[in-house]
Amino acid sequence: MWYAIIVGVLIALCSSLLGVTLVLKRFSFIGDGLSHVAFGAMAIATVFKLANTTVLIMPVTIVAAVILLRTGQNTKVKGDAAVAMLSVGALAIGYLVLNKFSSSANVSGDVCSTLFGSTSILTLSKAEVLMCIIMSIVVVLFYCLFYNRIFAVTFDETFTRATGKKTELYNLMIAIITAIIIVIAMNLVGSLLVSALIIFPALSAMRMINSFRGVVIYAAILSVICALLGIIISILASTPVGATIVAIDIVAYFINWVLSVILKRD
Amino acid sequence: MRLQSINANELHFSMEVVMSYITCENLELGYEGIPIVSNLSFKVDKGDYLCIVGENGAGKSTLVKNLLQLLKPMVGTIAMGDGLKPYEIGYLPQQTVVQRDFPATAWEIVLSGTLSKCGKRCFYGREEKKLANEMMEKLNITDLKKSSYRNLSGGQQQRILLARALCAAQKVLLLDEPVTGLDPKATAEFYELIGSLNKEGISIIMVSHDLQVISYATHILHVEKDNSFYGTKQEYLNSDKGRRFLSESREA
Repeated sequence: MWYAIIVGVLIALCSSLLGVTLVLKRFSFIGDGLSHVAFGAMAIATVFKLANTTVLIMPVTIVAAVILLRTGQNTKVKGDAAVAMLSVGALAIGYLVLNKFSSSANVSGDVCSTLFGSTSILTLSKAEVLMCIIMSIVVVLFYCLFYNRIFAVTFDETFTRATGKKTELYNLMIAIITAIIIVIAMNLVGSLLVSALIIFPALSAMRMINSFRGVVIYAAILSVICALLGIIISILASTPVGATIVAIDIVAYFINWVLSVILKRD
Repeated sequence: MRLQSINANELHFSMEVVMSYITCENLELGYEGIPIVSNLSFKVDKGDYLCIVGENGAGKSTLVKNLLQLLKPMVGTIAMGDGLKPYEIGYLPQQTVVQRDFPATAWEIVLSGTLSKCGKRCFYGREEKKLANEMMEKLNITDLKKSSYRNLSGGQQQRILLARALCAAQKVLLLDEPVTGLDPKATAEFYELIGSLNKEGISIIMVSHDLQVISYATHILHVEKDNSFYGTKQEYLNSDKGRRFLSESREA
């Protein structure tokens, strides 16, 4: 159980940090698309009976992130259509492959647990927890060190580029980090619900707080609290972990929404 | 008579040797191999106030991107001189949708203009913060420091973006349609502010189709497909192109 809480808190922290940037850059759909790609990759990895599925999922998702970001910037290709195509395609192929070639007796159970998160978060191995901790440290470190650059690229990419900064490089790093977070978070809430972890805390924070730094910190704290509550409730009431966390994120969003309306009236 | 004309030529020649901030010669600009505007030559000197006018789609935005080095000219050169380094043009972009509801304080935004001075450092130092403070004071927005950008008026937002641009560069300012969406009073104030910066010696390049701005300009660049006009304001007002443009714009 302690493993689940550690992993849950770390994932919630990382996804909310990146979430602020992704939401503000109007990239929140990329998180959704990537999680479906990760599902497709997971399906293929399962069929090939890879011992460590992350070996395949991680590079595939990173490549997809880079491709999606490129099309998002290119105005000639419709970015949203490209994302929709890729995500639905990956979802369909993933399910097809699992259904046709999987040797598992319980295919629909496998699919359901990859889509909506498994209870396996409560039975994580020490190695998986360790990997999650290392990845989270990398993400948080990256975010802190490049905080000012991330702000500049998020607020005004053209201006930042005009002062001679390599914004493509920062965008690329953001895409790669997003992919890493999504792959890690898939264990917790499943691939369909990953984007909820990214989007909800950021949106809640944006309702309440007026400064960028404040939004980032508020989103991180809120996300961690929601994840903690969600895990504890799911253990006590034996509800699915992922869905419980997301439900609490939704409740938190509405509380913040109502609060922001009340506070503004004064 | 003859002697005089030789002197005039020599004078012209020596002016050429002293480099301008920006010298553009025979530019042909466009996207992905398709030219939009060609045969474009002009320069910007210290203290100039260049107003770039032209119809929509004539290539004004493309020219802006080239000046900022976000695009490369297809033909011709853009040379920087007189101590102006590349990427030392302070840029005031058109507002994007993303920015309108962006949760950030004025201070965070102005400070982000100094990022180019940080080099490889990750965080802002004392000097960057001092510069940001000075620029906010200069533009009279120090009291907005902790206000949220999305709650401010259009005129206040433009001042914040202007302070950010001044943090990045103090020699040349490039403004892209800066008064779009401002009310007449805010527009007049904004032009007054830019005019006073220009009097301090900052060169201004202003893209606009607002005729008010021409009264502040020293030079006009009228962008047209392959027959652009560049000259002083007086030359422009006396030219056919200038007269036609002004009368058409007044009617519209």
